Amino acid sequence: MQMIKFLEQLGLYFILLKKVFSKPEKHAIYYRQTMHELVSLGLNSVGIISIISFFMGSAITLQTAYNTENPIYPTYLIGLGCRDSIILEFSSTITALILAGKVGSNIASEIGTMRITEQIDALEIMGVNSASHLILPKITATLLFNPILTLISIIVGIIGGGIAGTMAGVITAQDFIYGIQYAFIPYYITYSIIKTLFFAFIITTISSFQGYYVSGGSLEVGRASTKAVVYSSLLILVFNVILTQLLLS
Amino acid sequence: MIKVANICKSFNGKKVLDDVSVTFEPGKTNLIIGRSGSGKTVLLKSIVGLHEIDCGEIWFEDLLFNRLDFRDRKEVRKQMGMLFQGSALFDSMTTEQNVRFPLDMFTNQTPEEKTERVNFCLKRVDILNANKLFPAELSGGMKKRVAIARAIALNPKYLFCDEPNSGLDPITAILIDELIKEITEEYNMTTIVNTHDMNSVMEIGEKIVFINEGVICWEGSKNDILKSDNEILNDFVFANSLAKQLRSSEKQDG
Repeated sequence: MQMIKFLEQLGLYFILLKKVFSKPEKHAIYYRQTMHELVSLGLNSVGIISIISFFMGSAITLQTAYNTENPIYPTYLIGLGCRDSIILEFSSTITALILAGKVGSNIASEIGTMRITEQIDALEIMGVNSASHLILPKITATLLFNPILTLISIIVGIIGGGIAGTMAGVITAQDFIYGIQYAFIPYYITYSIIKTLFFAFIITTISSFQGYYVSGGSLEVGRASTKAVVYSSLLILVFNVILTQLLLS
Repeated sequence: MIKVANICKSFNGKKVLDDVSVTFEPGKTNLIIGRSGSGKTVLLKSIVGLHEIDCGEIWFEDLLFNRLDFRDRKEVRKQMGMLFQGSALFDSMTTEQNVRFPLDMFTNQTPEEKTERVNFCLKRVDILNANKLFPAELSGGMKKRVAIARAIALNPKYLFCDEPNSGLDPITAILIDELIKEITEEYNMTTIVNTHDMNSVMEIGEKIVFINEGVICWEGSKNDILKSDNEILNDFVFANSLAKQLRSSEKQDG
């Protein structure tokens, strides 16, 4: 029974995606909506991502320093460890998990409220493809802006690591800068961006799906919002493993 | 003309519409009346295609609407306007943007032409100096008026109203009813109104369809409704004590 329900939901998800990826009714409106979503879903997340990344980088540097207190290891490895941890894992995956909470719940509740207040029906009655009109600009905006957020997160995280490391006296600024430049593999950035794109798609489509098919009242919108965050987070973690194996093996 | 032939609709095995057939006349205000949960809204939403019917046919003139694909349906839908029970105005848009939305979507008018049309529609429904207000800043009656303005922005051929005066005080409700009737006559639209308000029935009902437990029980005009000997209809029409007293005194007199 659970399996049938799961397959039914999966089918509905792909039907929704088919509706979403159709030609926009009016390109000017699509452009306007995308710009609006870039601000709402992207630009408005810069603050929280920067703050979290700064402290994440700080903690990574300090933890690396306290776990490598051995004269055999050169101290610049703390910088290297901080850089690779942030680029490979934290800036893409942790940022995606934070965005799943912030952006995912926002999307699910916005679309869910539009559903229960018949605003989606109003769009359909006008002859507008509501799925495409509401969801496609969000997907485009997150696919465009989340890689930028990841890059911001990498930069701020490393700066945070450098500041925390030097202030705590576990590494000198020169050693840290040498460490973050040492044995740098540019592909890691590409890997991080590819993961971010997948995660952005997961967050936006799963959350939109939960909101779009909501029925009932405000209680159900709340539940849809919670489901959006939970399912997006789980899928991000699953795809993190799959993509790591595919891209780094 | 909108014609519904033998339509059925079930939800989770529960039959909500059972072999419903009715014709809605052009240029008139057609009313679907019935108790809460009788299937009025499902019938209206089935007609406009928001619910897919299980069987039967829905005709808009000579087009079999329920068999059309999305693209063809879209063309018919451009000729529809709908007023929802909760108004369904877009929260993120101002009054002006709400009315302008269908014009932006489906016309190639210049910005000036659109503004002119928006102002005309808002003036027509007596909404003045509220262009920049958001739906949350409007009263219930104003929201309904703005929703009507949005519905008529594209000069539709068909107007659908789902409980247009629910949640409104009796005076505002009458004003909304009158507005719907005036607009129907002015634009020669085929209007279908869902209501359980007997005031609306007596104010604007030209053709009335009574639905009970998903079945059409009675059809007629507002003049016929008071003389009907259909028991279920009479239980509905004369539900309140004032109407009951009036009817019994009429019987005693006559």
